[in-house]
Amino acid sequence: MIPGSAFLVLAIVLFVLGVLAFFIKRDLLTQFMAVEVMLNAGNLAFLALAKASGKAEAQVIVFFILTVAAAEAVVGMAIVLHFFKQRKSIRTEDVSGLKG
Amino acid sequence: MAWVIFGFLSLLCVGSVVAMIISRNQAHDALFLVLSFASLGGIFGLLDAPFVAAVQVIIYAGAIMVLFLFAIMTINLKESLPPERKKVVFGISAVLGCVLFAEFLIVARRAFFHGAEAAPAGGANPAGLGHLLFTDYLYPFELTSLLLIAALVGALTLAGKKGSS
Amino acid sequence: MAGIFWLIPLIPALSSLVVVLFGSRISRKAISLQACLAVLASFILSSAALAHLVRMPPESARLTKTLLGWISSGAFSAPVTFFFDPLTAVMCLVVTGVGFLIHIYSVGYMAEDRSYARYFGLLNLFTFFMLVLVMASNIVLMFVGWEGVGLCSYLLIGFWFERPAAAKAGLKAFIVNRIGDAAFILGLLFLVLNVGSPEFAKINGAAAGGALSPGLVTLAAILLFVGAAGKSAQIPLYVWLPDAMEGPTPVSALIHAATMVTAGVYMVARLNGLYSASPAAGTIVAFIGAVTAVFAASMALVQTDIKKVLAYSTISQIGYMFIGCGVGAYAAGIFHLTTHAFFKSLLFLGAGSVIHSLSGEQDIRKMGGLRRFLPRTFPAFLVAALAISGIPFLSGFFSKDAILTSAFAGGQYAVWALGLLGAGLTAFYMFRLVFLTFFGESRLGEEAKRHLHEPPGIMTTPLIILAVFSALAGFIGLPAVVGEKADLFGRFLEPVVRAAMAPFPAAVEWNLILVSTAAAVGGLFIAYLFYIRYPLVPGRLAARVPRIYRVLVGKYYVDEFYDAVVVRPAVRGSELVYAHFDLKVIDGALNGSAAAANLAGLGFSRLQTGLIKDYALAFLLGVVLFLGFILFLKI
Repeated sequence: MIPGSAFLVLAIVLFVLGVLAFFIKRDLLTQFMAVEVMLNAGNLAFLALAKASGKAEAQVIVFFILTVAAAEAVVGMAIVLHFFKQRKSIRTEDVSGLKG
Repeated sequence: MAWVIFGFLSLLCVGSVVAMIISRNQAHDALFLVLSFASLGGIFGLLDAPFVAAVQVIIYAGAIMVLFLFAIMTINLKESLPPERKKVVFGISAVLGCVLFAEFLIVARRAFFHGAEAAPAGGANPAGLGHLLFTDYLYPFELTSLLLIAALVGALTLAGKKGSS
Repeated sequence: MAGIFWLIPLIPALSSLVVVLFGSRISRKAISLQACLAVLASFILSSAALAHLVRMPPESARLTKTLLGWISSGAFSAPVTFFFDPLTAVMCLVVTGVGFLIHIYSVGYMAEDRSYARYFGLLNLFTFFMLVLVMASNIVLMFVGWEGVGLCSYLLIGFWFERPAAAKAGLKAFIVNRIGDAAFILGLLFLVLNVGSPEFAKINGAAAGGALSPGLVTLAAILLFVGAAGKSAQIPLYVWLPDAMEGPTPVSALIHAATMVTAGVYMVARLNGLYSASPAAGTIVAFIGAVTAVFAASMALVQTDIKKVLAYSTISQIGYMFIGCGVGAYAAGIFHLTTHAFFKSLLFLGAGSVIHSLSGEQDIRKMGGLRRFLPRTFPAFLVAALAISGIPFLSGFFSKDAILTSAFAGGQYAVWALGLLGAGLTAFYMFRLVFLTFFGESRLGEEAKRHLHEPPGIMTTPLIILAVFSALAGFIGLPAVVGEKADLFGRFLEPVVRAAMAPFPAAVEWNLILVSTAAAVGGLFIAYLFYIRYPLVPGRLAARVPRIYRVLVGKYYVDEFYDAVVVRPAVRGSELVYAHFDLKVIDGALNGSAAAANLAGLGFSRLQTGLIKDYALAFLLGVVLFLGFILFLKI
């Protein structure tokens, strides 16, 4: 049997990779994808702990995270497309309207 | 045997995420991510969560990433973007990332030191999950559907033509 | 009736409030009616309370009523308690009675003034505060009244505030008063700290019973007297009273003759236990009173403004009252306060009458021969002049005599001598005023002659009433030579002031009476010689001693001295403080902290780059730190 800690370590690795991806990339879409990676890492962690503790509730939470991620992706896409229509660019540095 | 599958799938997952980071093409990024999510689905299966695994593949790898691909195709950038230029941001984020990694490992260690492995979960099948969703977690369930509607309306509003409201 | 005696101060207060709030909307007739009736109501209530008081046994003759708890902290409490005992009765009757007559007079005098409502509102307010002062059962409440009358005095002196002289005079009065009040507060604090209660009964009891150290008693008594000197215009804080003549004449009559300036005398009489327990303080009080009496009288000799003569005369007469209190004859001091209220307010109102008839002329060098034209004012004025000079059988004679006799009986011969000198001077300057104003050839200008007219009845009737009192009031306080029980006034006040005079050989007393009468008549006669018979003499005398004359006319240059020694350094000091402390330190600190906040804001705003990555970085940093805290510090 594979111990739950292994899965947890995998989740951690994925999460940190997601963080790094967020900071390395310079366009909005890819950064969004990095966020999705982080969310998935979270899902994995939940499931690992579900298996370790023997409770099924964690899987329910995974459902909700999934749903929220989907909704967020939809709205995020809409915003990014809007932004693109206006500025003709999806570089993150160009999103600086809140400067000051 | 399980270790082999696990090792293969996890390598695939991490590898495709790393590839995503390295790649400069957005479409490639998305495709690598699809691979990553799919392997994650497999890992979910290893975790005695078959239903979640199926949902992961269908929704994440299937729907969400397709959405991403649509967006990428719509934007259709000709040139690609090099990675982060500012050394400062890169440096700080790298450092913090490492620190975060270390902290998480400590957390994981503590979590598993104290607890022993428990019996595999009963009720991890669809029926059991459904039961939980409709009894103990009814409110979050309903709220989440509300959230979905809100997201839908929001997206439609955002995408709508200017001046047409 | 006795149960509602505490309404006495409140009725004028209510009236004042109504006049101030609605004065612009109600007719002048209504205002005058209401204001006068309010004071009359207080007078009637006071009389009723007095009647009640007389029927009570003397030792316990007092009415008390607590309206509010007001201050109550720990063991110290200063409630709003009014009480009514013989001393308060006398003061209330004087304030409301004379006040009522002056209100009536003011209806005529101020008839054409623009700010009619403000005048009567303030006059009523003053009445309220003065009544609070005399009806307070504890020294803290009395101080409230004390300050209140000071405030009203300032407002009324500067009533015609568009005139710079009036505004300055009001300010001067208030500030000089304030200096006295600072000493008053110190004395108050010493007393309250050591006695533990601000109630007069307790203070007097503690002082008389020896519970307080002699040094403390003397210190408190002197400090309180300095406050009284400010309020009652004695040396060295008298300088505001002559300037206060800028106010309307009825105000001078009420506030600066009959009531407010006598508050200091009342205070000393009320705290007679304290002053009797400290012979040193008593001597100082008597001495300052005596010196002031002569000092002020000397300045009145050469004044040419009719009101200024009366102002200096007031200062001088209050000196007499303090002589009485200082030597322990508090009843005599209060007696003189009462008779002075009658004849001094009559003198002021009469002067107002003269000024009114001459359309504003106040210089006596431009008057003369007015007795033919002012057939009602002149006799009243004459009666008052005779009374103040101490001519036998008028009120002033009895009261002044009581004081001088007490001084002599107490062994204070220097005080007695000064008092005698003052009496002579009083008669002289008073009749100088009468002769120059009403007798002799007319020195009026053409304008004045054309408009010359006796004032209306509403102004002259109060004069007549006051004249009657000035003449006859003396008979309630006959000296001991006439009979043991003849001093009704003194016996009435005895339970409060507890000062019985040692039996005094009748022969000496008759001699004293004779001597003071001689001084009075002598002064009158010399004035007659100087201003009727040989009118050139004063001029020649002044020419003979020019330096003395100039010093007198220059009021001993006291104002100039104060200006140089106190006022200018204070102004200069505050200018310096303003330039170096207010502008640099306080404004600097304020502007500096604003600038610092600004800088901090600018600095922090640099963090807001608007870039998502930077914000995310901050986020990450926060998460790392947070996790660190949880893991390692176990928060």
